[in-house]
Amino acid sequence: MAELLWILLSAMVVNNFTLYYFLGLCPFMGVSGRVGTAIRMGAANIFVLVITSTCAWFLNTFVLEHAPYLRVISFIVVIASLVQIVEMAVKKLSPVLFRQLGIFLPLITTNCAILGLAIFQTNRGYGFLEGLAFAIGAGLGLTLALILMASIREDAETADVPGIAKGTAMVLIVAGSLSLAFMGFAGLLSSA
Amino acid sequence: MSRPPLVVTASPHLAGPDSTPRIMWNVVGSLVPVVAIATYYFGPSALLVVTAATLGAVIPEHFFGKRGSLGDGSAAITGILLGLTLPAGIPLWMAFLGGAFSIAFGKIVFGGLGQNPFNPALLGRAFLQAAFPVALTTWPAREGASWWSLAGDNFALPLMRAAPDAATGATPLGLLKFEGTKTDVGELYLGSIPGSTGETAAIVILLCGAYLAWRRYLNWRVPVGIFATVAVFSGLLYVTDVSDADPLFMLGSGGLVIGAVYMATDMVTSPVTHKGAWIFAIGIGFLVVVIRVWGGLAEGVQYAILLMNALVPFINRATQPKVFGTRREGTAA
Repeated sequence: MAELLWILLSAMVVNNFTLYYFLGLCPFMGVSGRVGTAIRMGAANIFVLVITSTCAWFLNTFVLEHAPYLRVISFIVVIASLVQIVEMAVKKLSPVLFRQLGIFLPLITTNCAILGLAIFQTNRGYGFLEGLAFAIGAGLGLTLALILMASIREDAETADVPGIAKGTAMVLIVAGSLSLAFMGFAGLLSSA
Repeated sequence: MSRPPLVVTASPHLAGPDSTPRIMWNVVGSLVPVVAIATYYFGPSALLVVTAATLGAVIPEHFFGKRGSLGDGSAAITGILLGLTLPAGIPLWMAFLGGAFSIAFGKIVFGGLGQNPFNPALLGRAFLQAAFPVALTTWPAREGASWWSLAGDNFALPLMRAAPDAATGATPLGLLKFEGTKTDVGELYLGSIPGSTGETAAIVILLCGAYLAWRRYLNWRVPVGIFATVAVFSGLLYVTDVSDADPLFMLGSGGLVIGAVYMATDMVTSPVTHKGAWIFAIGIGFLVVVIRVWGGLAEGVQYAILLMNALVPFINRATQPKVFGTRREGTAA
């Protein structure tokens, strides 16, 4: 149990997917304008990452043993199609949840954070529960980064930002600053 | 010429004597003793490093900042503070670059004074630490050297290898973390210990901070909250044998004092409410101890403050004071 918690915390804070590995930058840049949207994007991310982790574990255990060279392509195809199916199911079963997450789901499926998670999980030899903890931690980490970015951007809207730094340039500078701040966690929980 | 009988202006109608330049130049003044004591301990190198960092901060502010923004003194503060967080032996061009980065990417791109989310000096230091990790963790040893000698290869040129002949030592935190030896606590507060130029002589910094708090130029809740959290949390860890550092050691070592007094209290990047200030301070104290005890780095003050800076928009939102005289949401009008 303690080990699972370490994996979760490590993926969330220390080796944050966005701020340490620079994965999942498209939602980080694109959907971080409002805190509300950022939270929903984060929730959708956690959802897809958990599906990814389950898929990757299933494929690794039962399928890829026989055909390891199919790893990347099978990850992408299986995860993307499963998320599409889940999206349809959610649309039918819970329209409210679909309105909250729906638009983001197809956006995330082809994100590098998703493939990154599947590959990290495989390389580190995580089991099912460990993979799940890793996925939830990574998702919470992405959510944390998104929320921090969104709240800073909301404040910066009233600031008198010079023309040269408006828009994406500003987002990149804030992202770099956040990443510098997160460097402080380097080496923390490294025993896990 | 008769005065108009009625002048209609927007509030506030009463103005105090304090203005931004006045506050800022007061802070600069309060930094003079700190720089002096740093120069006393580290020799002319300390003064050179602080000057280079200040020039690095002031030049971009002059050319790219808002008109007249140099006069408010805030760029000078950033530069001096950055210089005080650097080792005395660092090549001057690095200090200059750090100052320029602080102001250009920490302040000007966000629209100048009052609009930056991160403390510029600390952002500059985090940038330098990421770019030049070796130079930023090479601490000069001063024992036996004459006061006039430089603390390191200050005049190294960019892209040139610095002359490796300077004597180096480890900071008390580094000694404890990597070698398990503990420095005498009295040395920490008064003495000459290896470290950043502004890390020595905690007492002088505290006195300067007390002056600023008395003038109400800094919110005393922030440093008090940080010191209290660090003392309690590290005390708990010391009593339970998790870490070897007792609270007095934790408080006096590293950049905690200068960070808590001068960096965390930056008016721009700390919360606006008193409740928020307490939350902010407790968060910094907690993160400092976590990074120092469990992290891979010996020192965590700069990162703790930067991380809490990132949370300030949240803290401000969460601690908005109640608006009196309006109806609660949900009650019938």
